[in-house]
Amino acid sequence: MPMTIAEKILAHASGQASISPGDLAVVDVETAVLMDMTFLPEGWREVLSLHDPSKVVIVFDHLVPAPTIQAATAHATGRRFAKQYGIERLHDVGLDQGIAHAVVADRGYAIPGTVLVNGDSHTCAAGAFNCAARGVGGPDMLFAITTGKAWFRVGETIRYDFAGALRPGVSAKDIFLHIAGTHGAHVNQNVEYGGPGMHTISMNGRRTLAAMGAELSAEFTIFEPDDALADYMRTVNPTAQTRPTMPDPDCLYRERRAIDLGLLEPLIALPDGIVNNSVPVGQVEGQRIDQAFVGSCANGTLDDLAVVAHVVNGRKVAKGTRLIVTPGTQSIYLAALKAGYVETITAAGGIVTPATCGACVGGHLGALGPDEICLTASTRNFKGRMGDPSAKIYMGSPATCAASALTGVITHPGTFFAGDRA
Amino acid sequence: MSLTNTLGGKVWKFGDDINTDLMLPGPWLYRSAGEQAKAVFINNRPEFLRDMKQGDVVIGGFNYGMGSSRPAARSLRNCGVGFLLAEALNGLFFRNCVNFGFRAFECPGVSTAFSEGDRAELSIDDWTATNTRTGQTLAVTPIPTMLLEMMVGGGVLPMLEAKGLIARRAAG
Ligand code: SF4
Repeated sequence: MPMTIAEKILAHASGQASISPGDLAVVDVETAVLMDMTFLPEGWREVLSLHDPSKVVIVFDHLVPAPTIQAATAHATGRRFAKQYGIERLHDVGLDQGIAHAVVADRGYAIPGTVLVNGDSHTCAAGAFNCAARGVGGPDMLFAITTGKAWFRVGETIRYDFAGALRPGVSAKDIFLHIAGTHGAHVNQNVEYGGPGMHTISMNGRRTLAAMGAELSAEFTIFEPDDALADYMRTVNPTAQTRPTMPDPDCLYRERRAIDLGLLEPLIALPDGIVNNSVPVGQVEGQRIDQAFVGSCANGTLDDLAVVAHVVNGRKVAKGTRLIVTPGTQSIYLAALKAGYVETITAAGGIVTPATCGACVGGHLGALGPDEICLTASTRNFKGRMGDPSAKIYMGSPATCAASALTGVITHPGTFFAGDRA
Repeated sequence: MSLTNTLGGKVWKFGDDINTDLMLPGPWLYRSAGEQAKAVFINNRPEFLRDMKQGDVVIGGFNYGMGSSRPAARSLRNCGVGFLLAEALNGLFFRNCVNFGFRAFECPGVSTAFSEGDRAELSIDDWTATNTRTGQTLAVTPIPTMLLEMMVGGGVLPMLEAKGLIARRAAG
């Protein structure tokens, strides 16, 4: 039977000739990523037998450098565990530090055509690399590292075909806000991205779009493989045994939807929910903000920092407004430093923090106080997500966040890119 | 072998898109499982924990449990919810229900068939849910036996313990 990308990868990983929606797939896990929260004492158990240390990656990300004793304790547990089993891929505080999904992307740990799991919901970010990646629960991670397996209920697939290319000032975040606003949640469904316009979306843009799959409540969010992916893997992880996986012709999709990228415009998700909640920036323009945040596993890429630097270059963040920028990894931080972005953003009055989840989850480095208003280019705008439950969180692209930080009110980023227009 | 007896309790109704932050709010993320169970729905329905009784039932709409992977299912189990029925469960939340041994199933039509305060009864043996006030019985969507056994057997941790893969610890 012809299969979608997700079905093909799950079939291969479970040793079956074919798999279809409704099946239960028990698969071999190629990569198991343990983030710091996995090691919190409430969830972690001492592992008596590890399946394969070479398949395990450990990343401290939500709470780095440790802001609390509890976080420090979790990190210590992770370090001990890595040492005990000889796990080499330990991303501790320092140059290797970063948000797990961003580290996985930077290092090419997500291998095309294989299965990756992590106990964090935005694991689907690795779908940018044609990898069947799924956020699972903490206990699933103990299951995966001790047995080498994971189970999935196979869902139906929604296919998006991109055509054309984004206009300047419009980004992958806006593609996501368009999909979430137009088509709503994709509960128990896989999302597959392809089409002739897919190649115009940079690898960093694909990272944004794949990460945001969690907000669609999708199972797997997977991009087709192309030359850009092959080049990328050759550069960052040349020894990986990749299995680039295209969908079979005539495979069965639940639905197939076309998106003309050239027609998209900057959008904003209104506070307290993402799906079915997008409006054009113009509709909320002038809304006062206390904080603009650009970061997270979705928008902490070098492209995102470049856009912020482009917008604020030679300008000043509005008085009374905070601009907080958090790179996804310390490697991105270093690249941004070399490119001059950190200097530009700092000189404009923004803060560039070390790589961590930080403000995205309201943990540290930018939590919101009562009744504050934030415009964020991160992953979630739920009530209470970034701090006090009375705070209001709007979501937009990094360009929109940067433009708004300069004025102190929600602002269309268009003018900053006008000169780039053909 | 019967995997479970019939369960029943008073219905607490919730809408669509109930996210895991509501069941386990951020400020409680790093606290003990016991403390977390005292924060369920504290931001959206503070009366829930005050008035609910052991075995009460949560009924939700579409995409119940959307959002983060935090162990919200463990909090529902620990605060005494007997079972949960929803039009559609978020995939990640469902995993955690299986893993933490909390009974949660999809039951199309459930959000219209039940009103707040009704009594719901669930029979997993014949995959039905009944509203004892109206007498209406709905079909509950069956889940694969492997997952059902994990769910009613207390979750994945007791299974890994039994296989000697992880160390034993008092239930959390
Ligand atoms: S950056 Fe935000 S969404 Fe991404 S893993 Fe960290 S907390 Fe989760």
